[in-house]
Amino acid sequence: MNGILLETKNLTKIFESGFLRKTIIKAVDNVNLVLKESEVVSLAGQSGSGKTTLAKMILRILEPTSGKIIYKGKNIWRDLKSLKDLKWYWRNVHIIFQNPFSNFNPFYKIDRALRQALELIGVDPDSSEGKRLVKEALEVVGLRPDETLGKYPHQLSGGQLQRIMIARAWIVRPKLLLADEPVSMLDVSTRGKILELFLKLREAQKTTILFITHDFGLAYAVSDRILIMYKGKIIEEGPPDEVLFNPKHEYTKQLIESVPTLYRKWRFEL
Amino acid sequence: MEILKRLELRNVKAYYRLLIKNMEVYVKAVDGVSLEIRKGEILGLVGESGCGKSTLARVMLMNINPPLFFKGGSVILYTRSGKSLELSKLHKKELKYKVWGTHISIIPQEAMSALMPTLKIKKIAYDVLHSHNPDITLEETTSILTKRLAELGLPGYVVDRYPFELSGGMAQRTVIAISTLLNPEILIVDEPTSALDVSTQKLVIKTLWSLAAKGIVDSMIFITHDISIVRQIANRIAVMYAGKIMEVAPTEDIIFKPLHPYTKGLIESIVSLEPEVRKRGLRYIPGQPPNLINPPQGCRFVNRCLFAMDICRNREPPLMEISNGRLAACWLYAKR
Repeated sequence: MNGILLETKNLTKIFESGFLRKTIIKAVDNVNLVLKESEVVSLAGQSGSGKTTLAKMILRILEPTSGKIIYKGKNIWRDLKSLKDLKWYWRNVHIIFQNPFSNFNPFYKIDRALRQALELIGVDPDSSEGKRLVKEALEVVGLRPDETLGKYPHQLSGGQLQRIMIARAWIVRPKLLLADEPVSMLDVSTRGKILELFLKLREAQKTTILFITHDFGLAYAVSDRILIMYKGKIIEEGPPDEVLFNPKHEYTKQLIESVPTLYRKWRFEL
Repeated sequence: MEILKRLELRNVKAYYRLLIKNMEVYVKAVDGVSLEIRKGEILGLVGESGCGKSTLARVMLMNINPPLFFKGGSVILYTRSGKSLELSKLHKKELKYKVWGTHISIIPQEAMSALMPTLKIKKIAYDVLHSHNPDITLEETTSILTKRLAELGLPGYVVDRYPFELSGGMAQRTVIAISTLLNPEILIVDEPTSALDVSTQKLVIKTLWSLAAKGIVDSMIFITHDISIVRQIANRIAVMYAGKIMEVAPTEDIIFKPLHPYTKGLIESIVSLEPEVRKRGLRYIPGQPPNLINPPQGCRFVNRCLFAMDICRNREPPLMEISNGRLAACWLYAKR
C-alpha cells in the first residue's frame, strides 16, 4: 500500500465578478481528493468544470477561498512561508502545460530550461555532473543532445518541446507531476510516445502523475484511477473500467455516450 | 449503378511562396492530388497538422490568395443540372457570384467567430441571401431560415437572437444552417467540432449528418485530424500526409483493414475510449513528417515507414487502385 502524497480537504475556490450585481462562481466546490505515491490519476471533465483551477491551487499559484491542501503533512498555503520553503515545494511539485510553446521563453535557447532544472537541484550546469544529467535526461526522452541543445523553441516541434519538459522533470525528480492536457496540441501519431514517457517516469522515479484532461480516451488508457469533475465537484471516482464503463452518475453516463469511438459507429435517426 | 461525381480534382498542386534570405522557396502543401467526391457521400479528409488538408479545401473552392499559388491541375465541379464547371479556369469574380455559396460552400475553422455580434441571426442570413438575390426581403429570409432551422432540429427562436446569446454548439449549428441556405451541391467543413465539448460535438455531427441525409447538400467533405469523429458519419475516408493522398477507402476498411503503413500507424495511435485500445497499449509513429520545402524524392513517408524498400526511396508511389474501391499510394501493393 502506497502512502498518501497529497490531499485536499474541503477545497473551495469562489470567483466573484461584476461590480453592482455580483456574480459568484464556485469554480471548485468542496473537493476532497487524495493522491498516493507513484500513482497515475486522471482528473477528467469538460471545459469549465474547474479542473485547471484545482490544479493551480495544488501548484500553489492560486490561493483557495477555503479548505486546505496538505503535502507531506504540510498545509501548503499556511506552512510554506520563506522562499526556501517555496523552492522546496516547487522542486517536488511540477507542472507541464498544454501548449508546448508557452512552457518556454522564446528568447532563450531551450538549454536554459534544463540549466534552471539543474540549478533547482543544486548542480552546477557547467560541471561534468550537470552535463551528464542533461545528456541522460534527453536520451531517456528519445532526443539526441547534439540535435536539440543550442536550439530555440521555434526550431523544434511541439512534440520535441513536450519531451524536453519531461526531460526536465527527469532531472528535477519531482514527487508530483501535474500534466494539464499535455498531448492535446500534438499530432495523434506522436501522442503515444509522450504518454509512454510519462509512464516511464513513474516507473523509474515513482513519480505521482495527475493528468488533467477532457480526453476520456487518454484518461482510460493511462490511469490507475479516474476522477470525474463536474461544476466544481468530483462526482465520480474509481478504477478506469468502473468509472467509464459502469458510471453511476447520470452526467457521467451521458458524457460517456457522447465520446466518439473508433471501432463503434453512432446511429442517427431522422 | 453509375457513380455520379460532384467534384473532381485532377493532379492539383498548390504551393506557398516564402522568402528565406531573399531566396524564393515554395512549400509544397498540396502536391499532385487527385480525388473525386461523389453524389450522396460524406468524404472524410483526415491528416495531421501541416499535411495540407486545409490548403486542399482552398483548392477545392479555388479560393487561392498569395502567398498561396495554384501550380497546376484542374478542379471540376458537376452541378445538379448536369453542367460541369472548371473552377480552376474561372475568374475570382465568377467564382464569387456564380459558384461560392450556390454550388459549393465552406465552413472554415472557428466559423462561429464569423457571426457579427451586433446583428441578429436573421439579419446575418439576410446579408448572405441578399448578396445572391437582390430582390429578397428580410421577411422572406426569416421564413426560409426558420424552416431550415426546424429541418435541422434547431429551435426557431434563434432567428431573433444575437450571436453572443447562443452557446458555442448552437452558434456552430446556426453557421451550418446559414451557409447551406442556398442548397449548394457541395459543403466543405473544416474541423467543425474542434473547440467544442463532447456533448455539443455530437449535436454538431448530427446536424451535419442531417444535412446530407435530407439531401440539402449532395456531398460533404469533412476535414479533420480526429478520425473517431469523422468515422461516425463519413462513407469514405481519404488520408493525407505531407501534401499527398496516401489512401482512399470506405470508412470501415480504413479503420479495420488499413492498407498504407501510415494509415495503419495512425489508426493504431488513436487513444479512444474503448477496451481494444487499453488492451493494445500506447502506439505511435516514430519520427516527424518531412519538410515540405524539400520533400524526399520517393515516398514522403519513407523515413518513418517500417516497411521501406529501395524503390520507396527512389520513386514516388502513385495513388493506385488496389482492389475495388480502394486506392493506396504504396509500393507494397504494386503488382510487378
